[in-house]
Amino acid sequence: MRLKLVPDETSFDFFGRWKLWLGISALMVVIGFASFALQGLNFGIDFRGGTTIRTQSTQAIDVGVYRDAIAPLGLGDVTITEIFDPTFGPDENVAMIRIQAQDEAEAVSAETIAAVEAALAATTPDIEFVSVESVGPKVSGELIQTAVLAVSLAILSVLVYIWLRFEWQFAVGAVAALIHDVVLTIGVFSELQIRFDLAIIAALLTIVGYSLNDTVVVFDRVRENLRKYKKMELKDLLNLSINETLSRTLMTSLTTLLALISLYVLGGDVIRGFVFAMIWGIIVGTYSSIFVASTILLWLGVKRDWSKPTNTTGNQFADIDA
Amino acid sequence: MLQIDSWKRVLVLLVCVAGLLLALPNAFYTRVEQSNDARAAIEVQGETAELTEAAGQWPSWMPSSLVNLGLDLRGGAHLLAEVQVADVYEARMDAMWPEIRNALRGERDTVGTIRKQPSPGDEIRIKISKPEGMARALEVVRGLGRPIQTLTGAGSNDIEVRGTGDEIVVTLSEAEKLATDDRTVRQALEIVRRRIDEVGTREPTIQRQGADRILIQVPGIGSAGELKEIIGTTAQLTFNPVVSRGTDAEARAEVGQKVIPALDQQGVFYTVEAAPVVTGEELVDAQPAFDQNGRPAVNFRFNTSGARKFGDYTRDNIGAPFAIVLDNEVISAPVIQSHIPGGSGIITGNFTVEESTNLAVLLRAGALPAGLEFLEERTIGPELGQDSIDAGKVATVVAFVAVLGFMWASYGLFGIFANVALIINVGLIFGLLSVIGGTLTLPGIAGIVLTVGMAVDANVLIFERIREELKTAKGPARAIELGYEKALSAILDANITTFITAVILFAMGSGPVRGFAITLGLGILTSVFTAIFVTRLLVVMWFERRRPKTIEV
Repeated sequence: MRLKLVPDETSFDFFGRWKLWLGISALMVVIGFASFALQGLNFGIDFRGGTTIRTQSTQAIDVGVYRDAIAPLGLGDVTITEIFDPTFGPDENVAMIRIQAQDEAEAVSAETIAAVEAALAATTPDIEFVSVESVGPKVSGELIQTAVLAVSLAILSVLVYIWLRFEWQFAVGAVAALIHDVVLTIGVFSELQIRFDLAIIAALLTIVGYSLNDTVVVFDRVRENLRKYKKMELKDLLNLSINETLSRTLMTSLTTLLALISLYVLGGDVIRGFVFAMIWGIIVGTYSSIFVASTILLWLGVKRDWSKPTNTTGNQFADIDA
Repeated sequence: MLQIDSWKRVLVLLVCVAGLLLALPNAFYTRVEQSNDARAAIEVQGETAELTEAAGQWPSWMPSSLVNLGLDLRGGAHLLAEVQVADVYEARMDAMWPEIRNALRGERDTVGTIRKQPSPGDEIRIKISKPEGMARALEVVRGLGRPIQTLTGAGSNDIEVRGTGDEIVVTLSEAEKLATDDRTVRQALEIVRRRIDEVGTREPTIQRQGADRILIQVPGIGSAGELKEIIGTTAQLTFNPVVSRGTDAEARAEVGQKVIPALDQQGVFYTVEAAPVVTGEELVDAQPAFDQNGRPAVNFRFNTSGARKFGDYTRDNIGAPFAIVLDNEVISAPVIQSHIPGGSGIITGNFTVEESTNLAVLLRAGALPAGLEFLEERTIGPELGQDSIDAGKVATVVAFVAVLGFMWASYGLFGIFANVALIINVGLIFGLLSVIGGTLTLPGIAGIVLTVGMAVDANVLIFERIREELKTAKGPARAIELGYEKALSAILDANITTFITAVILFAMGSGPVRGFAITLGLGILTSVFTAIFVTRLLVVMWFERRRPKTIEV
C-alpha cells in the first residue's frame, strides 16, 4: 500500500474564498510590517557591529555573576544569554555575551576582549572562549546594504525570468508571492525577536528560490492547461492546475521539511535560527504559491490564446519566427 | 520508446563513478589529510621513514582532493583589514618636500624666500615672499612632476600644483592617488602573505576585497589577536636624521620635523627630520646577528639605490647622530662614525635573541606600506567547529534516512530508484566540491541537507506525472516516456530560478553564506542531472529486463 498524502483525484476549490485568503495574507503582511516598524529586528553583530563571545564551562552559568564581572569595564550595552541545546553534553554550559560596538570604524579592540575574558576567567576558572567575533560598524553598514541589494536583485531577476518564460501576469503573481514570503519571514523574526544575522539573509534568498520553485511548477501546469482547455473558465482552469500539482507540492514540501526538521533538532544551536527561517519560509512559500501567486494571476487575468507556440517550452518570443 | 543510446548510458555511469570516486577521500578525511600533508612535506624536505609511512595511508593513485572545511567548522581566525591607503600620501609628500625646497631655492631671485606652512599630511603648502614670481614658482614645481605609467592615468602627472595668493599647494593628482592606492594594497597583501607564510600555517586564505581591503583567514590558529600579532600593524622602518634629543614629549618641532619616543629608554624623546634618508622598503636582507660585544643585533643590507642614499648621507654627516625608527619609535640613534659605502650595517639595541630574530623577520618580510585597520575579527575555537561537524553529520544522516523512507513509502520501487539517485547526488556534490576546491561551511551543510530534501523534487515531479499519464491508459512505456518529457519544462524552470538565487548569493555573500550558495548551486546541478539521467537510466534498465504490462508508481 502506498503512502498518499492526497487522493489521486482532488477537486478542492481554492478560489471559492479567494478574497478571504488574499485578505488574510494582506493582514499578515501588514502585521509583519507593523512589527518590523514598531520593534524592529534583533540584529546580530553582522548588521549593527559589536562583539559576541561564546563561552563554555563545566560549571553552571549564573548570568548575574557574569554581568557583575563585566560591568566595571564600562562597555555600554552588554547582553548575556545562556544557551540551552539538546546537543550539549551534561557539563556543557554555554553562554553568549554580546557587547555593543565601541568605536566608529574598527571592531572591538583586542585589549577590550582580553579584559572581558580576564574578568570572566576570574569568576569561572575553567571557562573557555570557543568563539569570539567582532564586526566594526563600518562593515556592518555595508553588510546591510549588500543584503538588501541581494534580496532585491534576486526578486528582480526572478521577475524578469518568469516574464520571459511566461507572461507578465505570471511574473507579477510570482513576485507578489515572493514579497509576501519575505515580509512574513522578516515579520516573524521581528515578532519573536530571533537574532537576525547574515545567515538569515541566505535563508531569505533560499526561501525566495524555494517559493518560486513551487510557484513555477503550478504556473507551468497552468500554461499547459491553457493550451489544452481553450474554453475553460480561468478560475476553473487554475483550480484544476493546482489540484493536479497538489500531490507534488505537498510531497516536496514534506520531504524538504523532514530534512530541515532533522537539522533543526539535531544540527546544533549555531544554525538553528537559520534553519528556523527556512522551515517557516517553506510553509509560507507553499501557502503563497497557491493562495497568493495563483489568486493574483486570476485577478489580473491572462492571455487565453496560447495556440501559436508549438513546442512545450514556448515563450512569448516564440511567435517571432511563426 | 524508452530508449537510451549505449554511449549515453556509459557516459552517465562514468559521471556517477567519477563523482563518487572523487567524493571518496572525504569519507576518510583525517587519513587523507595526513597523507597529503606528508606528501607535501616530502616534496619540501625529502623523505623520512615517518613521512613515508604517513603518506602511505592513502594510495597515491586514488584521488586525494578534499573538501576544504570553512573556519566555522575547522576553527581558526578571520580578519578583514582595511589598508589605510591615505598614509602613503603623507609619506610621498614628506619625501617630496626636500626636492621642492631645493628646486625653489635655485629660483630665489624670482620667488624670494620660501617657507613651508603647516598643512594636512596629504598636501604641501609653501609660502613665497615674492608673490609676483608665482608663475615661475609653479612652473618649477610642476616640472618636478612625473608622468604616470598606468593605463587609465596615461598622460597625467603625478602631482597637482596650484597657486593661491602667495601660497603654492602641492597635492597628489587623482590618477596618481588611484595608482598609489592600488600599489599600496597589493604591496600590503604581499607582505601579509609573506608574514603568514613565515609562520607556516595550513592553507591560509589571503584575498583582496574591494578597493582597499584584505581578507585573511587562517585555519587552526588560536585567535584573531594572535593573527594580528603575526601580521603586525605597521612595522615601518626608516632612517631619519636626528635634530635633537631631549626628555620633553611636547618639545616644539619645526615644520617637517617630528618628535618620537625612544623604544628602550623611558622618557627620552628624539626630534627628527620627518623625511627619512632611507626606508625599510629598500632593504634587501636582514639577519639576526651579534655585535662586537656579543649582544644580539640585526645585520641589514640595502639595495643599490638605498645603498647610494645611505652612503651619501653617511659621507656628508660624519659625527652627526641618525635614528633608526621602527613604527614611530627610535630603536637606536647611533652617531655616524665613518662613511658607510657598502649599503650594509648593523642595528644594535637592548635586544634579546628572540627580539632580534623577530625584528629580522619583520624587516625581511618588508614593512607594510600603510597601516591596517581591522574592521572584522572572528575567532572560532576548534571544539565548536568539531561540535558543528558532529551535529551536522547526525542531522544529515537522519534527514537522509527520513527522506529515503518517505520516498520508498510513497513510490515503492520508483522511490528506491529515486533514493539511489539521491545517494549518488550527495556523492556528486562532495566530488564536485573537492574538485573545485570549494569550502564547506556550517550553512553549507544546511545547504546539503536542504538539497537532500529538494533533490527529490525533480523525481517527484516526474513520478507524479507518470501517475497522471498512466490514468489515461497509454501503457506503461508511453506513460514513463511522457512523464519525463512533460515534467522537463517544470523541472528546468523551477531549478533555473533557484539557481539564479544561488548565483546572486554567491556573488554578494561572503564566508559562510558563500559556502551555502556553493552547495546549494552544486546541489541544483547534480539533482537535475540525477533526476533526468540517473533515475531515468535506472527506470529504463529495469523496464527492459522486466517488461511489465502494468506498473504502479
